[in-house]
Amino acid sequence: MVIFSVYLVNKAGGLIYQYDNYVPRAEAEKTFSFPLDLVLKHHDEKVVVSFGQRDGIRVGHAVLSINGVDVIGKNTAEGKDILEYLKDASNYPVSIRFGRARLSSNEKLMLASMFHSLVVFLRLFAIGSQLSPDAGSSGIEMLETDVFKLHCFQTLTGIKFIVLADPRQSGIDALLRKIYEIYSDFALKNPFYSLEMPIRCELFDQNLKSALEIAEKAGNFGAGS
Amino acid sequence: MTVHNLYIFDRNGNCLFYNEWNRKKQAGISKDEEFKLMYGMLFSIRSFVSKMSPLDMKEGFLSFQTSKYRLHYYETPSGLKFVLNTDLSVSNARDTLQHIYSNLYVEHIVKNPVCVLGHGLDSELFSSRLDAFIRALPYYSPRAA
Repeated sequence: MVIFSVYLVNKAGGLIYQYDNYVPRAEAEKTFSFPLDLVLKHHDEKVVVSFGQRDGIRVGHAVLSINGVDVIGKNTAEGKDILEYLKDASNYPVSIRFGRARLSSNEKLMLASMFHSLVVFLRLFAIGSQLSPDAGSSGIEMLETDVFKLHCFQTLTGIKFIVLADPRQSGIDALLRKIYEIYSDFALKNPFYSLEMPIRCELFDQNLKSALEIAEKAGNFGAGS
Repeated sequence: MTVHNLYIFDRNGNCLFYNEWNRKKQAGISKDEEFKLMYGMLFSIRSFVSKMSPLDMKEGFLSFQTSKYRLHYYETPSGLKFVLNTDLSVSNARDTLQHIYSNLYVEHIVKNPVCVLGHGLDSELFSSRLDAFIRALPYYSPRAA
């Protein structure tokens, strides 16, 4: 199937590398007449659907553009508040495009450190054996949802390699080790790379991409990975 | 092959029910603290997963595993949360959790007028049926573990 994205998190919880391999397009554009039959609300500097799913528009989708013009956060391109704009009957009919909000790089940083704290939290509490029912447990190694599986490989030095993939994708364990190898070869041996800092290295990019391609071809219906 | 423990949380984060079968390590903190930690962790995982997901989700978070155990999660539309810890050999406990909800919780708690919803479940019938059900599971065998 597909591998969605790769994250590298350093031992302090900072995101040092992120690559989106495949971004599914789930967008729907529709022309509305007054009044709007969706309930919209502000959420995190965006306007999202809070109630009323129809025609491919789902709860949680954000407004991406109005009449073909991309919106800027919670304002229209002219700088007016979207909710105010849509309350005005004279602006109708209006064509709105909805889709899953893209993660901004800031949000990615935040999610990386959030995951880091989850892993550290679990491991710390495993040592103190507070939540873990068994002794000597590691942090999260695999997290499963109905649309993706998150695989995490932590090296002894504390770097975490995180791969988001389709639940049916197999061979992720080998891929994670391959990424570790690429990291050691092309990031760590680069004299211009300073440890724990974001990786900006062309060879690393290239090799990572080809490793992902190989992994995607390698198979998609393995029982487990 | 074993079942460690089971938590049931309501939509407000109160722990309604807890039981353990083959838990090897006890938390060094009070049960109340442990429930709060567990609920807080599940809450952050849920929000993490919903932001991280590249596609729209239906069920959302299902399970996670560490090197030692696997945590299975099932949430009903009314916000009731069932959490089951097993060892790694149990790959899918969704049917089990659904069974606990529909055949044990609904039958013995919701249909019992004496049980006040939103408080700890102190129904003896529920506890004993649940215990019998868990002990009868194909993957419940503490000795083999």
